[in-house]
Amino acid sequence: MAERVLDHVEYDRFLDCVHCGLCTSACPTYLETGDENNSPRGRIYLMRAVADGKLPLSDTVQRHLDLCLDCRSCETACPSGVQYGRLIEPFRAATQEQASLAGQDVTRSWFHRGILYGLFPYPNRMKWALAPARWAQRLGLDRLAETLGLFSLFPKKLRRMQRLLPPLPRPERALPVVLSAQGTKRARVGLFTGCVAEAVFSPTNRATARVLQANGCEVVVPPTQVCCGAIHYHSGTAEQALKFALQNVAAFPVDGLDAIIVDVAGGGALVQEYKHIAEELCRENPQQQTALRALAGKMRDVSEFLMELGPVQPTGSLPLKATYHDACHLVHAQRIREQPRDLLELIPDLKLVPLAESDICCGAAGSYNLTEADMADRLAQRKLDNILASGAQVVLSANAGCTLQIQAAIRKSGKPLWTVHPIELLDLSYRNEPPPEFLRVQPTTN
Amino acid sequence: MSTLRTISGGPTDGTESAGAQMLERFRAIVGDDGMLSREDELLVFECDGFVIEKKAPDVVLFPTTTEQVVQIVRICNEFDVPFVPRGAGTSLAGGCLPVGGGVMITLTRMQRILEINLRDRYAIVEPGLVNSHLTRALQGTGYHYAPDPSSQGACTICGNVATNSGGPHTLKYGVTVNHVTGLEVVTPEGEVIQLGGVADSRPELDLTGLFVGSEGTFGICTKAIVRLTRDPAAFRTMLGVFETVRQATEAISAIIAAGIVPAALEMMDQGIVEALEAAFQFGFPLDAGAVLLIEVDGLAVGVDDEAKKIIDLCRESGAREVRSANSPQERQKLWKCRKQAFGAIGRLSPSYCTQDGVVPRTRLPEILDFIIDCGHRHGVRIVNVFHAGDGNIHPILLFDERDEAQTQRVLQASHEILDKCIELGGSVTGEHGIGVEKLSFMQKLFGESDVAVMSDLRAALNPDGRCSPSKLLPTAGACGMEEVPQIKPGRKAPM
Repeated sequence: MAERVLDHVEYDRFLDCVHCGLCTSACPTYLETGDENNSPRGRIYLMRAVADGKLPLSDTVQRHLDLCLDCRSCETACPSGVQYGRLIEPFRAATQEQASLAGQDVTRSWFHRGILYGLFPYPNRMKWALAPARWAQRLGLDRLAETLGLFSLFPKKLRRMQRLLPPLPRPERALPVVLSAQGTKRARVGLFTGCVAEAVFSPTNRATARVLQANGCEVVVPPTQVCCGAIHYHSGTAEQALKFALQNVAAFPVDGLDAIIVDVAGGGALVQEYKHIAEELCRENPQQQTALRALAGKMRDVSEFLMELGPVQPTGSLPLKATYHDACHLVHAQRIREQPRDLLELIPDLKLVPLAESDICCGAAGSYNLTEADMADRLAQRKLDNILASGAQVVLSANAGCTLQIQAAIRKSGKPLWTVHPIELLDLSYRNEPPPEFLRVQPTTN
Repeated sequence: MSTLRTISGGPTDGTESAGAQMLERFRAIVGDDGMLSREDELLVFECDGFVIEKKAPDVVLFPTTTEQVVQIVRICNEFDVPFVPRGAGTSLAGGCLPVGGGVMITLTRMQRILEINLRDRYAIVEPGLVNSHLTRALQGTGYHYAPDPSSQGACTICGNVATNSGGPHTLKYGVTVNHVTGLEVVTPEGEVIQLGGVADSRPELDLTGLFVGSEGTFGICTKAIVRLTRDPAAFRTMLGVFETVRQATEAISAIIAAGIVPAALEMMDQGIVEALEAAFQFGFPLDAGAVLLIEVDGLAVGVDDEAKKIIDLCRESGAREVRSANSPQERQKLWKCRKQAFGAIGRLSPSYCTQDGVVPRTRLPEILDFIIDCGHRHGVRIVNVFHAGDGNIHPILLFDERDEAQTQRVLQASHEILDKCIELGGSVTGEHGIGVEKLSFMQKLFGESDVAVMSDLRAALNPDGRCSPSKLLPTAGACGMEEVPQIKPGRKAPM
């Protein structure tokens, strides 16, 4: 195993860690368990011990590594610039390789093949798959089934998925390929619509397009774009991620675009990773490397892009008390912390209140909330407690996975809170639309 | 005292070994989830921020209540095994090293804030609370917890209590002992005692003061009553740029001599500035010999006067320019640069070794000249960042650990610098503690009778020496102590 790890991981990256421990309290799993084995410093120590042949990759060691959310909070905390993601991702690829040689490839389970790889990356398949759920929700059958305990007949992971499902929007027609700019044209941008996001949160993509248009952007939505490949990359099947990446390279006319806009933090982070994927998987193919780097270089989170462009002042009043949750893949992976807050500050009468531990993972972490149910629930509860303590009526979350997770926690708590993408709030303000009915009472002072 | 190897070894005579019995007793207290005893889970506990000496404990326990700590300590006594408390493991001196193995009592699951009382200005907290989490909880109240070690984002209150932590703002506000008014302690024999309390002036012997800084050798802190400090109404943060290190140290002396007590007074030399600039692009002048980061705080009417005086004094000492932080964001960034300085060193050199010495403030120019000279003599590059206001120096020796001869020279240079600190009337640690790292200096630092009094005190409070053995004070022929020769300096490459 040691040699396999050394094949994948650049050993010098281990040496960047000086073992100071400043990352520990930035790690959600360490905050919850207090166990050094579940801290970034501890995990680096474990990975290095395996690489050095000092420890075998036992099930116990594997457990501690699996429990890592990939939130990269430790990278923000680390003063030495340790690139933890560049350690754990290749280490996972090595473990994956080892497992498949031993004929124990988890990625061949029904869950991975059928759902994670077979369904999530494809918005159309997702829409079809979710249609029954949407009808059940409309007819109230889901609550009936819950009451009758019918869902207990589902496998555990499907049951969790069912519980995570938000009220599903009506299926919408695909966005037009080109949307024109309002007023003077200031930029021409591509819109990356994502997979799960487009199936479950299609209104967010539409709001993003409208906000971009309102800011003078012509928006191009290539219909041949596909999933970013994050689900595959983070679970150690990088080859498929590369296939998706190359399809996206073909879909977006990079040279003719000022930027490619992403409104899902996880997707944006992965597109930026395309340059690492290029390094790792296209060593022999400089053309592919250049193309992937070019695409990665154009990627901008919508808030980052708007703040760079200079946003048009929205005018619609939204007298709400809101709090902003930092999605890990925005704040840690892309270092975007202020821009979404600055944009929200533009909305007349919106009061933004601080959220304790705003940059600690909510437990969604891609498919983590399906594969590591227990820790995901603990982190959701932690996030919920902090949200409730903030006294906000609206929780702003710029990542589809976080939104699902936070919405589910809020639904369970029975509190009338609204979880929404910041861009949708901005969109309401640009369009002078009121907030949803249930929020139009004055917030209680807190 | 037996080492725990006897308990972790399997039964040899077909009966259940004492070790296995003891583990079962522990399991009954903390549950499966609160205990680690597999070799591959103990490994990460073999060192803290000090990585030269290593020893894994035989079992790690995560108690959640004082009562659990009591039961654990009593069992350790019953089975005659050593135990050591641990917080976040950020000690730079091996304070959490389980010398001789034994039981590690990790306090990270006791992290609640039990009470915040703003009117009486105190908070009662559990030991595993992260230092900055207390300040975070106080945000918006107008109060904060003053001790702010550079590791405050991760280190725990109990670790601060054990090492009597300082930080940049200790110059004006004092160290941990000035901010802890009471403690709940589980003694090495398993009794719960209350030291001090919430009121400031108390008639009894100041046992709280005795406990703070005892590096875990007098027992395990399970609760702390800490003082809350009013946020300053205003502050001014300045950056003085000097041609030479000597000019900067003269400015420090001039400022203090003028009767000004800055909230913080930090010096960074050219090497550090270079690393910080690479990491944070603050716009530090790369050609300056040294910069001083100076902060004054207090009432709005006073700070401007003080700031003006400081600017004048810096100019008189030869400062090329004095900049002011113009916004809270700029101030924050300046502080971030300072607090993450050690980490940024990774950008200068593959390995480094930080020392933590103290000299009387007026001897700063002398020790810095000595450090420069020492670097030249040994052919080692040394850069400096330190709490100038209280004479606490942190020379950082840069090297490549793959070069063995250089590594030995670094070790030699470190020792010479610390010896020089003692010679100048200072000490070998300002805030990192003695731990296991600097045990050998204690006899150089103190006379025989001084060490004897401290040893007697420890013998009274920790009679069998089971609690945190081989820390702080040298223990002649202590059971369970292992002589670990120091073979290399440096904090790089921890394994």
